[in-house]
Amino acid sequence: MVFVCRKEHFNAAHRLFNPSWSKEKNEEVFGICANEHYHGHNFELIVIVKGTPDEDTGCVIDLKKLSKLIHSEVIEKLDHKNINLEVDFMQGKIPSCENLVVAIWEILAPKIADIAYDPHARLHCIRLFETQNNFVEYYGEW
Amino acid sequence: MKIKVCRKEHFNAAHRLHNPAWDETTNQKVFGKCNNPYFHGHNYELIVEVVGEINPETGYVMDMKELSDIIKTHVTERFDHKNLNLEIDEFRNLNPTAENIAVVIWNILRKQINSQYELKIKLYETERNFVEYPA
Repeated sequence: MVFVCRKEHFNAAHRLFNPSWSKEKNEEVFGICANEHYHGHNFELIVIVKGTPDEDTGCVIDLKKLSKLIHSEVIEKLDHKNINLEVDFMQGKIPSCENLVVAIWEILAPKIADIAYDPHARLHCIRLFETQNNFVEYYGEW
Repeated sequence: MKIKVCRKEHFNAAHRLHNPAWDETTNQKVFGKCNNPYFHGHNYELIVEVVGEINPETGYVMDMKELSDIIKTHVTERFDHKNLNLEIDEFRNLNPTAENIAVVIWNILRKQINSQYELKIKLYETERNFVEYPA
């Protein structure tokens, strides 16, 4: 098994806010991240695919195809957007990094095998950096 | 003998690029996706550079803790997790491009740092895009 990794990035605004809580409760839990006027980040997204290198190509997956898939399904929807207001797959969810990686996983996981050389290749991990020091990882349901 | 000491700080903020004197089409054409009315955001990295003589008694140009406190009090605590267009007075009538943010920060800090020192600002909007002031 080989892990093939693709790094992408997007810049977006968001706020952490639970609509079923009061303003005071949101500020208590989320602090400055609850700012009603939003704030933003340079997000870095790493998508890791697990598979066996194909004999004919020596590759698990065509990284150009993987990059195009991530761009069309994820990056174009998030880049230079307000995640709370504009991103269809995050509506009704708090746009924390945790919720973002799970949503990105659900979008990409069913589409990996279709573009891979290895028919058994599958999504292994979604890693999302919100800042250089804060990042989350999701490996799907175990 | 002059030497430069540098302090790196961070702030995360939302903004949009927009010229209110232009119509929507022109703004969209010039600023593209940066014009999004719902804003977007960045992790800004700010490097403040102070040039001066080494004080023979301390061995310092200036105390970096003091420099850090000045930057935090006057810049990063004001800008961090804010919407630059809506919440920072200096950008009420000024487009918050990296260029203008750097000049605003220089103007703020220049008042706080002794004029015997030369002051320079580097501002990274992304890893790949950054500006320097004065040039």
